[in-house]
Amino acid sequence: MELLLAVVAGVLYATGLYLMLRRRLAQLIIGLGLLSNGSNILILSAAGVTRAKPPLIVHAGMTADQFADPLPQSLILTAIVIGFGVLAFSLVLAHRVHASAGSDDIDTIGPDRV
Amino acid sequence: MLLVLPILVPLVTAIVLHLLPQRSRSLRVVALCGSLGVAAAAVAIFLRVQRDGIQVLQVGGWPAPFGITLVADLFSAIMVVMVSVIGVAVTGASFAGVDPQREAFGYHALIQVVLMGVAGAFLTGDLFNLYVWFEVMLIGSFVLMSLHRTRAQLHAAFTYVGLNLLASAFLLTAIGLLYGQAGTLNLADLARVWPDRRTSGLDAALSMLFLTAFGIKAGLFPLFFWLPASYHTPPAAVGALLAGLLTKVGVYAMIRVFTLLFPDPGASVYTMLLLLSGSTMVVGLMGAIAQHDFRRVLSFNLVGHIGFTTVGLALWTPQALAGSILYVLHHMLVISTLFLVSGLFLRQRRTTDLRALGDVYRARPAVACLVMVPLFSLAGMPPLSGFIAKVAVVGPMIGAGQYLLAAVSLIVSLLTLWSMARLWEEAFWKPAPAPASPATPQPPLGAVTLAPVVFLVCLTIGLTVIAGPISELTLRTAQQLLDRDAYVRAVLGKEVPRAAR
Repeated sequence: MELLLAVVAGVLYATGLYLMLRRRLAQLIIGLGLLSNGSNILILSAAGVTRAKPPLIVHAGMTADQFADPLPQSLILTAIVIGFGVLAFSLVLAHRVHASAGSDDIDTIGPDRV
Repeated sequence: MLLVLPILVPLVTAIVLHLLPQRSRSLRVVALCGSLGVAAAAVAIFLRVQRDGIQVLQVGGWPAPFGITLVADLFSAIMVVMVSVIGVAVTGASFAGVDPQREAFGYHALIQVVLMGVAGAFLTGDLFNLYVWFEVMLIGSFVLMSLHRTRAQLHAAFTYVGLNLLASAFLLTAIGLLYGQAGTLNLADLARVWPDRRTSGLDAALSMLFLTAFGIKAGLFPLFFWLPASYHTPPAAVGALLAGLLTKVGVYAMIRVFTLLFPDPGASVYTMLLLLSGSTMVVGLMGAIAQHDFRRVLSFNLVGHIGFTTVGLALWTPQALAGSILYVLHHMLVISTLFLVSGLFLRQRRTTDLRALGDVYRARPAVACLVMVPLFSLAGMPPLSGFIAKVAVVGPMIGAGQYLLAAVSLIVSLLTLWSMARLWEEAFWKPAPAPASPATPQPPLGAVTLAPVVFLVCLTIGLTVIAGPISELTLRTAQQLLDRDAYVRAVLGKEVPRAAR
């Protein structure tokens, strides 16, 4: 399972970075989204995947291998929320850029041509 | 309890500012009160840290490696004081420099949000929490930058947003890998367990990831291009806020994380950092000389001088680190002042293009003399603070046997002097070119407009006058930074179970 998640994270990083190197703002934003999702999966798999165990101590005396580590899950939750807010903001910003420049190609909206 | 105030006061102020009617004068009063409140809290923290050593607050009463810890050592305390000083000046400058329309869009509240994020980043003792504060500060600054509608400003904002988000993704990646291996993200706990758990490959990869993430934020050499592409477009007060604070947060985070996690001065990452710092100085100043716009010259100078603030970490001696910290303090004050000065030009001449400026010395000798202080302090003219900071940075280089680097720094200082002298000559000294559209009356420079600049210039002069105690303070700060055990003891106490894993 870790191997699969590692491959998925790698693919997400690669596609994200590739898209960020393109010239269109829409692709850049999609790339950012993929990149942040890739890092979420990376956190999950780096911290160790546990199968069918809740991150809860249900009764006293549970040992550490009987529940999942809650911290990576809360880290990812926080990162997802932040990533979502940032993504929404950059979408609005890209819309404004598109509205004012009439294009979403970085080369045509460059500051030198204003 | 004291430690949470620099975060809580701007938060409450921002909320109150949103509740007030958006076009009232009371906004300004509340915003200024908030900034002054942060300043009071910061000074109180500083005095407490001076007297009692490292201060720790376990938020929510959760013991150290499990909850989030706020830590103030001397470095954090000094930086928070600087944040509040810049905050007060920028809030003051906004009174005259910002149009009412922008003010109605939550401008003052956003400034408070940025202050909160920066103060949080300086005070936190938890790596993931540092990432969160970075995001808070970035979102605030994103919106501040894109509150405007011109195409150049939107484009600049997009460059800024894209590259900073990339840096955040790198930081998050590094944090995830670090947690996977170490099982904790509390900085003090990491400093304790990381030497046992690290593997040499992971150590190198992580240090490079952190270097890249913080390097983008700080504006180090191959990663700085977003900075001069964006800092010259927002209003001067916003420029001063971003230039003074945001890059320095990157430098702070770099120093904090590397002193705690990678305490091996021979590691290849420090050689790399040394090379990057040197290249940053050279490339930044070369860029500054080629520019024709007051604010772009300042942006490139900002980049170039970041090299001076990271070089101390690369050399890894208390003296070198102290020099870099002194340089950070001096540079925060001076570069913010100069960005505020560019606001005066915007107000008077509606441009910061050097080719269209001139004649300020003849028209307003007092203002020109005032600006001379930050201008030549940045250039490092004795006896101003820049000279003292440069001596504090270059001296340890020679002490460490880095003669080439010392030579580069001195040449770069000459380039700075050239660049600043050019600003002075073009903007203040030469006769102004005939205005294209005559009969545009110049608005007067009132006391409100000048007060923040005067305030910061007085502080720069103050930094020069009490340079002795300040350098002694930065030396103690550097020694405290290099003494990891004291930090770990202060945060974790004596008997602490290892983090559950």
